[in-house]
Amino acid sequence: MQFFLEVLIGGLLSGVMYSFVALGFVLIYKASGVFNFAQGAMVFFAALTFVGILEMGVPFWLALVLAFGAMVLLGIGTERIVLRPMVNQPPIALFMATIGLTFFVEGLAQAMWGASVRGLELGIQDEPIEWMMEATGIGVSKFDLFAAGVAAVLVTALALFFQYTRVGRALRAVADDHQAALSIGIPLQTIWRIVWAVAGFVALVAGLIWGARNGVQFALTFTALKALPVLILGGFTSVPGAIVGGLIIGSSEKLAEVYLGAYVGGGIDSWFPYVMALAFLLIRPEGLFGEKHIDRV
Amino acid sequence: MQLKTKLLLSAVAVSSVLTSSAVLAQANEQFIGLPSYRVGAYAAGGSGIYGGWIDYMALINEKEGGVNGVKLTWEECETEYNNARGVECYERLKSKGASGNSVFQPLSTGITYSVLDKVAQDKIPMVTIGYGRTDASDGRVFPWVFPMLTNYWSQNTAKIKFIGAKEGGMDKLKGKKIVNIYHDSAYGKETIPVLDAQAKKYGFTVVHIPVSHPGNEQQSQWLRVRQEKPDWVILRGWGVMNPTALKAAAKIGFPRDKVIGVWWSGAEEDTIPAGDAAKGYIAAGFNVAGANYPVVKAIQDNVYKKNKGNMEDKSRIGSVYYNRGVVHGIITVEAIRTAQAKFGKGKVINGEQMRWGLEHLVIDAKRLKELGAEGFMPDLKVSCLDHEGSGKVKFQQWDGKQWKVLTDWIDADKELVRPMIEESAAKYAKEKNITPRDCSKEG
Repeated sequence: MQFFLEVLIGGLLSGVMYSFVALGFVLIYKASGVFNFAQGAMVFFAALTFVGILEMGVPFWLALVLAFGAMVLLGIGTERIVLRPMVNQPPIALFMATIGLTFFVEGLAQAMWGASVRGLELGIQDEPIEWMMEATGIGVSKFDLFAAGVAAVLVTALALFFQYTRVGRALRAVADDHQAALSIGIPLQTIWRIVWAVAGFVALVAGLIWGARNGVQFALTFTALKALPVLILGGFTSVPGAIVGGLIIGSSEKLAEVYLGAYVGGGIDSWFPYVMALAFLLIRPEGLFGEKHIDRV
Repeated sequence: MQLKTKLLLSAVAVSSVLTSSAVLAQANEQFIGLPSYRVGAYAAGGSGIYGGWIDYMALINEKEGGVNGVKLTWEECETEYNNARGVECYERLKSKGASGNSVFQPLSTGITYSVLDKVAQDKIPMVTIGYGRTDASDGRVFPWVFPMLTNYWSQNTAKIKFIGAKEGGMDKLKGKKIVNIYHDSAYGKETIPVLDAQAKKYGFTVVHIPVSHPGNEQQSQWLRVRQEKPDWVILRGWGVMNPTALKAAAKIGFPRDKVIGVWWSGAEEDTIPAGDAAKGYIAAGFNVAGANYPVVKAIQDNVYKKNKGNMEDKSRIGSVYYNRGVVHGIITVEAIRTAQAKFGKGKVINGEQMRWGLEHLVIDAKRLKELGAEGFMPDLKVSCLDHEGSGKVKFQQWDGKQWKVLTDWIDADKELVRPMIEESAAKYAKEKNITPRDCSKEG
């Protein structure tokens, strides 16, 4: 039982890490209906920019602000160069544009800061909490708990932003219907710039958390693969869905790997979440918290 | 009209002179095609290795004016570690230079497999240092492939010897448990048979735990490690899998000096991102880290002081990957020298002649000293029968800042490995209808 609990808790906390990346997808999809394939590349770009600035001797908090500034610039540039010329194009065209954007952002990051792998220390040790280990025998990482705390703050802030601010309400209006939002005077381009900047901020947070765990390197782009089943499960348009989806995916993949993996040769945690998401799609295509789409004929 | 004709004729004359001098220059240049990867997921490794390799060739040009007067030239072709691009690069590079590309070294197991048949058809030898097909060490079946210096199976037996020595003797391995954490790919699975054979031979238990690509999340695997309570863990990772594994080991409190990595898990790129979690970690390697070797110093003096170095980040000179690139350079250049000794000093050699050079390559202790690479890489003697040529590794330990060499060269358990290689190669020969060469008849 103790081992089961350890796997479960570890899985739930890993799920929070997936949610960080999923949140970026949700924000952009909510506001523009675009599935931003470049979110993983943005995570890589953000973390590499932060570490690159840090290496220049800039203090931590200033580096954070500058890296956020770079993400805002990237967001504005994306809106101006990629999205604006594609207004009123079919969603698949916008999706294809974000695939192109992925390669551009990946290349830009390496061209700017080089291909070297960097370490990143946030000052939180990735080791078990001693008193908990001694009392229960269950190892829970301090770093994982820190990441969970950051996720809680981030989700609360985003929820409040969407619910109670003027910009947040405008974002929701744009998400519901671009044309209608435009007709009542909501500036679509400004909203898109804001949402890409916010997604850039989320990418920066995700990049710092994942970068501190595994190093700042190209593999950060792969974190997007972990976010996809989370999105399918939680829904593409729900911020709380990204968190709940992350928790379900994280815990189930870990339990599956530990308890079922040995029977099928192991290494199932890469595809098990996708199978689960696929099964879920058949039952609830819009995801747990996604908006049900109804077309009137 | 007359003026126009004169101008035209002069232009033709000038261009013919330029073309013929370019052809003459090319006629005395040895072209080396480099299917490199400097962007994408594996750029960190690629930029280090190709940087060291190019710097060594530049050193030969600067210091010696080329190999017996034949200047080395090269061209990179970006593969991004992608098999399809690798094949495209192979095709693009193969007919470049005066005698075509004389050797292909893809630095990727996937690309190696993709062009395995092509190199034999095109008569271009393929050198796969520290990767590729292990059974290609049997030169009778694979005349065009050279998995130098140490193949994965040899390295694995050296690892078990190292663990045996740490335990107080090979007999002490009986009853011990070793977990093999491996990248769930053809590369990762390659050592399972040799580990199983050694477990049987020495009486230890081996548990194989796969990690799916890319390996950026390994919590469940390391919880299984904790459950298994092994004495040692062998890490056979690649890329992000390595620092993630070291962090996960720290998380479950598994001692890092009991984790032994393969050479693709034993570079600065694997340990620096893991921070303190990598302290004490040990890895095997057919080359060591360090900028104090005379060969590396010669590069700095003859290449970098003239601002002709390839590395943008000079702090990486002397790193594991950089030095591995220098090893690639040494082997390439020495094979050209060997081929020239047979086919004519100062002549440009072709693929077939290069194959001969590689198959008769000897880099003994004396030559290593002359090259300034004593202790830097193992001695090497390739033959028709043995395309591996060495089988030795050293073990290095990460002290938190740099790699420290722990051992001298440890030889492989050849009694165990060679029959396995021959069995696997014979199986391949049967599948492909290849009649193995009779090495006693080879010149």
